[in-house]
Amino acid sequence: MYFKKSRDRIFSKKIDQFFIDLNDGLQFVLRFFREVFKPPFEFKEILRQCYEVGYRSLFLITLTGFITGLVFTKQSRPSLSAFGASSWLPSLVSIAIIRALAPLVTALIAAGKVGSNIGAELGSMKVTEQIDAMEVSAVNPFKFLVVSRVVATTLMVPMLMCYTGCVGMLGSFLNVHQNEQTSFISFFQAAFSSISFLDIFSSLIKSVVYGFTIGIVGCYKGFHASHGTEGVGKAANASVVLSMFLIFVEEILIVQITNSLR
Amino acid sequence: MEEPQKNTGDKELVISIRDLHKSFGGNQVLKGIDLDVFQKENMVVLGRSGSGKSVLIKIVCGLLKPDSGVVNVLGKEVDQLNDRDLRELRLKVGFSFQSSALYDSMTVRENLAFPLVRHSRHLTKKQVTTEIESVLNDVGLMQTIDQMPSDLSGGQRKRIGIARTLILRPQIMLYDEPTSGLDPITSIEINNLINLVRVKFNTTSIIITHDLTCAKSTGDKVAMLFDGKFIQQGTFKEVFSSDDERIRNFYNYNFIG
Repeated sequence: MYFKKSRDRIFSKKIDQFFIDLNDGLQFVLRFFREVFKPPFEFKEILRQCYEVGYRSLFLITLTGFITGLVFTKQSRPSLSAFGASSWLPSLVSIAIIRALAPLVTALIAAGKVGSNIGAELGSMKVTEQIDAMEVSAVNPFKFLVVSRVVATTLMVPMLMCYTGCVGMLGSFLNVHQNEQTSFISFFQAAFSSISFLDIFSSLIKSVVYGFTIGIVGCYKGFHASHGTEGVGKAANASVVLSMFLIFVEEILIVQITNSLR
Repeated sequence: MEEPQKNTGDKELVISIRDLHKSFGGNQVLKGIDLDVFQKENMVVLGRSGSGKSVLIKIVCGLLKPDSGVVNVLGKEVDQLNDRDLRELRLKVGFSFQSSALYDSMTVRENLAFPLVRHSRHLTKKQVTTEIESVLNDVGLMQTIDQMPSDLSGGQRKRIGIARTLILRPQIMLYDEPTSGLDPITSIEINNLINLVRVKFNTTSIIITHDLTCAKSTGDKVAMLFDGKFIQQGTFKEVFSSDDERIRNFYNYNFIG
């Protein structure tokens, strides 16, 4: 009886905490939308963050995008060849990369690299009172730290997605060219013949949503870090886990919506 | 709610705290604090670690909200202010953190320029540099201007932290444990700097410390915080000539160990 009561209490406490956290998160997102259009604008910091998010992720994105395109083509060839349809490879790969792989791979890489970086950076600023120092010197830390980072991830993840798509297609082309001696022009003609405007548009929308998610989750977790250095590690870890989870949930929702539009 | 600044004698009341209560969860930290700080006065709040001293000044600058009570700073009730008014008030209140809280990713120059350029957007680059050099000279650390905070010693970090607040020319300075973690000689240098700041910038200060040497050399008045309440207020001599056993113990442990 006693154990049942205490278990129920723990359970109800966890439910309470879930709704408290959900409310805090929503308030944080609403505050972002309130602050983002309000001057003064931190253009210099936004540019610096764009450089950090975009340029600093290029190497990893290039490597991952290229390998994804190459391996996907290599793995798909035997199945298509069995039906004598290896000429469909460019179309298959382009649909897979543009519709799903490029946005998802970019978002997951960015969540791991950029999300954890934001969570750890803001977390350490929080526990060493640097955010409080901004506050007491009458500078709005939300505007300087959160708005600039979320704007940067929202702008740069779609750009990185386009780049991943190009590099992935290049990886695929190299594999196709090696096996079927297909020319560059005929490969890309075949590839783009099966891509519609909706495919590209929905991928861009996805990337904007993913970029926003990565930025806001990283900032939220960092901004609410506590308990010293342990809290910083937890904030970085939670940023990655939560943003990846949300990215998959958003992927399902957006795919459902775009499929209903096709 | 605004209240006119009272005059007591020839000195203006700058900070007035009445019946301040603050708790975290079930832990009641402040249990009815009353404090008056007059213009150009250095008020030292003494107490053991965890007695709520830092909480008190964080409430004064609006970083924490009180559970109840009135905190009046420069004639404004802090917890009643909206964001804009609170920001305006904070321009007049400097806060020196225990950990210095310098921005790790910025050089000393950028640390000092950060609040200045955001509040004085009309300043040219040259004027900003002149201001930075002026406060760095005041704290005696001109040579560190292009160094990163990680390259500075504990004492230098404290001085730069103070310089960063001084660059906005505050009327009130709040020092949180200014000498903690410093060797005796550096502590004396920081104490001298606190006195210099008062003279040069005409500031009113609250100094939070458990260091009696700091309290004696910087404080015009001392308030002894014990178990969430002030048990004695007055000059250093008045407070430590008290027969209260708690004050005697605090004095003895500090000087005799």
